[in-house]
Amino acid sequence: MSVSTTRAIWMDASPLKLDGPQATKAAREQSRAKRQWRLRGTLTSRQYALYAFLGVATPILLWAFVNEAGIVPKMFMPGPLDVLKRFWSWIANEGFAGDLTISVQRVSLGFLASLIIALPLGLVAGTFKPAEAFLEPAMDFIRYMPAVAFVPLMMLWCGVGENSKIAIIFVGTFFQMVLMFADDVRKVPMQQIEAAQTMGGTRREILYKVIFPSAAPALLTTCRITLGWAWTYLVVAEIVAANSGLGYSVLKAQRFLQTDKIFAGLIVIGFLGLIQDQLLRALHHALFPYLRRQ
Amino acid sequence: MTNAIEIKGVFKSFDGKRGRNLVLDDVSLSIAAGTFVTIVGASGCGKSTLLRIVAGLESADGGIVLVGGKEIAGPGVDRAMVFQDYSLFPWLTVAQNVLFSRRLSANKYDNLALERDAEEKRAASLISLVGLSASQDLYPSQLSGGMRQRIAIARALMSKPSIILMDEPFGALDAQTREVMQDLVLDVVEQEGTTIMFVTHDVEEALYLGTQVVLMSPHPGRIDTIYDVPLPKKRDEQMRIDPQFLQLKRTVMERIRDTVGLSLDRSAVGSIEAGA
Repeated sequence: MSVSTTRAIWMDASPLKLDGPQATKAAREQSRAKRQWRLRGTLTSRQYALYAFLGVATPILLWAFVNEAGIVPKMFMPGPLDVLKRFWSWIANEGFAGDLTISVQRVSLGFLASLIIALPLGLVAGTFKPAEAFLEPAMDFIRYMPAVAFVPLMMLWCGVGENSKIAIIFVGTFFQMVLMFADDVRKVPMQQIEAAQTMGGTRREILYKVIFPSAAPALLTTCRITLGWAWTYLVVAEIVAANSGLGYSVLKAQRFLQTDKIFAGLIVIGFLGLIQDQLLRALHHALFPYLRRQ
Repeated sequence: MTNAIEIKGVFKSFDGKRGRNLVLDDVSLSIAAGTFVTIVGASGCGKSTLLRIVAGLESADGGIVLVGGKEIAGPGVDRAMVFQDYSLFPWLTVAQNVLFSRRLSANKYDNLALERDAEEKRAASLISLVGLSASQDLYPSQLSGGMRQRIAIARALMSKPSIILMDEPFGALDAQTREVMQDLVLDVVEQEGTTIMFVTHDVEEALYLGTQVVLMSPHPGRIDTIYDVPLPKKRDEQMRIDPQFLQLKRTVMERIRDTVGLSLDRSAVGSIEAGA
């Protein structure tokens, strides 16, 4: 970490030296612009925010332009303002809060069920070879069966109620999670484990007091990634077999040719994913202060 | 003098690409209590494997290892180990790393409060012994490689082990830091009176630190020669350029080359250049 920071400072500093006091303002501006596009160059956080804003604004402007120009019929592609209006009436009159709550509840339950079972299995599979041999080839096989293909089976087994949606999220995330957790645990440096062994640690103590805390940042990152997948499977489950939730609203909107609501639904789902991702990043930052750049 | 470590007829082989690979072939070695024994040899001579067997991290296929007269069965708190790198716990501060062993049940307390207090004092004095008092609340990622190894040494000393096993502990450090660390280790050992078994590939380091230097030959690993280092117990920088020291360094390096059967014919290099 410290190495890359030093290098960044060094790269920033050297062109300044070349400029000298007599360099014109324009020349300095030019060299600053060049620096941004250098191979593996750096940006200040303000410059980064500017580019990110442009990245979001460009497709929205394009969208508005295509809409205003009338290239695509409004029925198939409503404009940004139409979508906003529609979103407002969804909140006001069409039970958005209810759709949101039920979807969040399904994702949370499915994800938690997956996490609670996958975490101990991953820890054990990443630590003990026989457990790895017992679990991993089987899981590897199952994870190649698309979770979507389990929908009919889950409906037969769990009915059309909440359980079938939770089961689909579970099937979509659990097997991957076990394999990824096991990988995270395997990346704990052997020297840390052996150091604890020479200090008299038992297998159990080393598992709880060395392997788990050592792997914790990677385990949380795996949670962040798999939670994203859980959202995908939620929408699949709600589109195929539900009568409530965000995914169902999108499907229903299609039946009534409400493209504006489809757009609103997609954007909402995207935002929820973004928010949850940022929350987990913040949690990572708060829980593991020792990983911050010094 | 009693022997702190007694290695008797140890064999070890690993599964290699072409069948079993004999790494240690009937290795026997006695290390007297309070001595600093360094082990050198070409790569593949099994020096690290031998150290790991003494640590209890690997088991021998044959032979026995006695520590303090008792046969070892796995790792134990009487034998601390310092690794080359990555052995500190990154989520713990310097002080917490040094005090890590208190989290383990291997430490039993008669009077918890009193002994914990004593432990904290010992940790603080060890951290100051390795010169890192100002950094005790930092995380390992905030320290340089040399500072991290100082902490690893302080942590190894924490449980007052009779033996410290060191597996190329300075191998990842730059040359200047390495020399500073060598003097630090000598000072610490003098103060604590610990027996040291120290594996390195650096002949100068082996001679500067060791009262005895054990040279191992590779394929299969065997003890080749044991050199007594003719230097006073208290070492200092000047000895690195002492003629006797340099002579022994040359002898050991040549012997290592002989054990690999790798005596480079340098005149051949000259003839290539002349031909071109």
